[in-house]
Amino acid sequence: MSQSQISEDTKYLFKRDKTWWVKLAVPRPLRGELGFDLRRSLHTDNVEAAREARWEAIEEFRSRFEQAMAQQGGNAAAAVMDPVEDSDRAVQARDGVRKVDQHIVEIVSDSGEGAQKCGQVLGLVSGKMGNGVWTVEIIPAEIQPPARERQGASGIRVRMGSKYMTNMGDEADIVVAFNEQVLYSRISNHAYRKGTVVLLENMWAEDPDPKIREQYKEALADFEAQGLVVLELPIQEECLKLVPDPRKGKNMFVLGMLCSIYNRDTEIAKNEITKIFKKKSEKVIKINHDLFDAGYAFARENINYAFEIPAAKEDQLKSAVVMNGNTAAGLGVMASGIELVSMYPITPATSASHYLAEDFHLTGGFVHQAEDEIAAIGFAIGASYAGKTACTITSGPGMALKTEMIGLAIMAELPLVIINVQRGGPSTGLPTKVEQGDLLSALYGIPGDSPKIVIAAATISECFHFVVMARKLAESFRTPVIMLTDANLGTGVQPIERPEVTEEWFAAPLDQSDWDPEVAPYDWDKETGLSERPIPGMRGGEYILTGLAHNRNSKIAYDSVSNQEGMDMRSRKFAAMSATMKPPEIHGDPTGDLLIVGWGSTLGAIEEAVDRARAEGQKVSCVHLRFLSPMEPGLKEIFAGFKKVMTVEINYSDVPGSSPLITEDTRRYSQLALVLRAQTLMDIDCWSMVPGHPLQPGTIHKVIDSRLAEMKGAEACSA
Amino acid sequence: MFGLKGDWSLEVKNRYFTLDDYSGAEPRWCTGCGDHGILAAVHRVCRESQIEPEKTVAVSGIGCSSRLPHYMSTYGFHGLHGRALPVACGVKSRRPDLDVWVATGDGDCFSIGAAHWIHAMRYNMDITLLVFDNGIYGLTKKQTSPTTPLDVPTNTHPSGALLPPLNPLTVTLGITNISFVAQIVDWNAPLRHEVIKKAHEHKGTSFVRIIQRCPVYVESIGKALQDEPARMQLLTHEKGVQVDDSVKKLFPNHAEHDPSDLGAARALAEDANILPLGILYHNPDAPQYDLMTSVGMDMSIDDRLVGMNQALDHFAL
Repeated sequence: MSQSQISEDTKYLFKRDKTWWVKLAVPRPLRGELGFDLRRSLHTDNVEAAREARWEAIEEFRSRFEQAMAQQGGNAAAAVMDPVEDSDRAVQARDGVRKVDQHIVEIVSDSGEGAQKCGQVLGLVSGKMGNGVWTVEIIPAEIQPPARERQGASGIRVRMGSKYMTNMGDEADIVVAFNEQVLYSRISNHAYRKGTVVLLENMWAEDPDPKIREQYKEALADFEAQGLVVLELPIQEECLKLVPDPRKGKNMFVLGMLCSIYNRDTEIAKNEITKIFKKKSEKVIKINHDLFDAGYAFARENINYAFEIPAAKEDQLKSAVVMNGNTAAGLGVMASGIELVSMYPITPATSASHYLAEDFHLTGGFVHQAEDEIAAIGFAIGASYAGKTACTITSGPGMALKTEMIGLAIMAELPLVIINVQRGGPSTGLPTKVEQGDLLSALYGIPGDSPKIVIAAATISECFHFVVMARKLAESFRTPVIMLTDANLGTGVQPIERPEVTEEWFAAPLDQSDWDPEVAPYDWDKETGLSERPIPGMRGGEYILTGLAHNRNSKIAYDSVSNQEGMDMRSRKFAAMSATMKPPEIHGDPTGDLLIVGWGSTLGAIEEAVDRARAEGQKVSCVHLRFLSPMEPGLKEIFAGFKKVMTVEINYSDVPGSSPLITEDTRRYSQLALVLRAQTLMDIDCWSMVPGHPLQPGTIHKVIDSRLAEMKGAEACSA
Repeated sequence: MFGLKGDWSLEVKNRYFTLDDYSGAEPRWCTGCGDHGILAAVHRVCRESQIEPEKTVAVSGIGCSSRLPHYMSTYGFHGLHGRALPVACGVKSRRPDLDVWVATGDGDCFSIGAAHWIHAMRYNMDITLLVFDNGIYGLTKKQTSPTTPLDVPTNTHPSGALLPPLNPLTVTLGITNISFVAQIVDWNAPLRHEVIKKAHEHKGTSFVRIIQRCPVYVESIGKALQDEPARMQLLTHEKGVQVDDSVKKLFPNHAEHDPSDLGAARALAEDANILPLGILYHNPDAPQYDLMTSVGMDMSIDDRLVGMNQALDHFAL
């Protein structure tokens, strides 16, 4: 029997679990009264029996339509879904298109329903249309959490704007939810506000399981109490008209809906769909195009929201590439001339290696998946010792395991790039979520004096460029370089300016010229501590590298003079590097009431918050540190221009007063604050939290306002 | 210095290396320690192979055995306890031109570095792996090692080791993709030399367990074997090592063993009563990971630039 015959034969029928159901769409004028469709179980798993039984139900449904028509006088008005407006940013339900400068959409579902793919395409299409875009995946910690699990939300957030987007923004404006339960974890993450519109799959309302029907009902009431504007939509049912199992394909229908709401270019969208399924058959591509078209048409007819986000001309990229921070780091590895990445799987860092495993061969590189984290860095160290440029990519727990090896690389002065895509800690912590908790361990987490270079990327673009810089720094200063990124940058996707890679970025070819045997393997320059290193294969340079205390000839030396000299020389390199650096740029005025200091992925949110506060007349500025060791110079002078200096970080700090035991004396500071206090001897305050999600600009804005108000209050008191 | 080439012309090498070209600082091992003999064998095999000292890398971990690189005048890497193998594999990964030796011990390899031992064997990169197995932690002063025989007293188990020792041969012979497994005792110089030479010539990871005397802490282990050669069994075969009759005479037990027979090798290793000496297993055809990790290393800068732009094209908006 051919495919088309099957689909003819299941007209009005669909299967849920093993049971056949019949359903009939309700004509539009009656939907306010009867819902989107009438349906009923046929209590059989036999398709033949279902075919027989359906006609009786269809007849009955039709007669109900006639009755309803008659009651309405045959000219019932279309049911208008009119949401409540609770805030000035609320989405308006009006005919006609509303212009906005930015909008945030979330698509949430159970794992495996393709919500992420749907959002990725929406982001790509928006990027192609010249919008600024930031997308970030919502990832459950488990691979296949049970269906309809509150904590199992899987999905994606897409922030689209007229200008270049630098962060994931505040609460979402529109959410598409494949079931009601997954919304709960997003609500508890403060992802939504009053007035956020929820486009909700309504199939659960009539689920055969009474428990599910009850959950759905309760959730609707909860959402209403939260101020969410819920629009129940028959997404499943509409998809069933095209495919037998909408679990696959519903995402394309939703993409069509969203492309209609945001007036996205359908040609671009369909091209992207073709690309996704390019390895599949024409038929698969067609059915997904059909689902997209159906979603688009459905939204045009049934959803009364339409927005336009015009692309700002001044913010256009010359030539954009779209990627997340982990892929950017992978590409940075390739562009830097690194030829070996040695890794062990760890969330959220692994996707960088996944990408490299696919494309690294294009620049002649190789990804080694080691037997453990220690072997991963050991392998990279071996390659580096042998003159090859190497890198290891990991996350917090992996860093902990690598500490002894990092110490060896410091002691033996081996160049090495270590990328730490930070997650929440301590211990296994929050594997998929963001935290900036590894700053202190990157700086100090190795026994003995172990100075090294530590840099932190603040943007997705920097995830790329900083690897190129890290490789050069590692070789110039004969040291490991730790590059910190985090889950926010690692999984955030946006269009960035395409890097123009030049051959100077690549590492120099392996030097195998003769070594002057008179020159020691650690021929330290007394002032800078810098030295050249012999590479195996160089005649005359033979030396035995050792992790033991050693003199400039790399001979084991336990005497005090040699030990002191070795420590001095290894430390002096960083003073030498510091001497080449410039102070960081201040965002805002160079003087004022409050200076926010940040590092890493919070850049976009902090600057957006500072811009908002400044627009309201607040005297607030911010600086963002990229170099954590050695630190950028001139910080004391910058800090002196402000009445108060405060770091904003995503790591733990005690909130004074949160317990009677937490006082100014006992309070533990956030990580950068602690370092800055030690470095500058200034009274640097901090505000930090560990929510497991990126900081929202709105949250930081509130913190700025409240700190400024506190300062004013204190001034008034003292006056 | 001179040699006949295939076309009968005389090959004159520019450089000829003597033992001195491979030997470094004066060894600091104890008098009577078996390590001295192993070092001498390594120097000799290096000289015979005439590989340039600057192309030779001796990698080690931590322990008495791991001092070996310091006694070489080649390149060397004296790293962390247990981690010689990952470093050695990394050295080899993109430098197939380097001749890599690993010196490790029973604590370094079978205990703290056990994970790397298993996986390095499976990677089968072209590395000569010598395990100096004296059945004790020497450098840290007499603690029980995985191969300390039952009831031998140590500082961590004063009334004697509590558990039967690990059998490194059965473990190694159980790993997939192994290619060379041998066992020797440090005090038989001709056999020691022949086996280490074969191990060095083999392309792949050659694992040589060397039963090594520690006269300071566990003299009894070596002495028991020396006093009773019947506890050892010399493996003979045309595919194995060839030693002359004077050596054979020293071992009352001989067994004809085909090193390509993994099952037979496992059976020999399993027998706790008699130590097999010689090559237990040899498979020259096992896949070598270093041939895979080094792919692309010679790519020109121009080709890399082209590849880089191709990679970026995948993400073009």
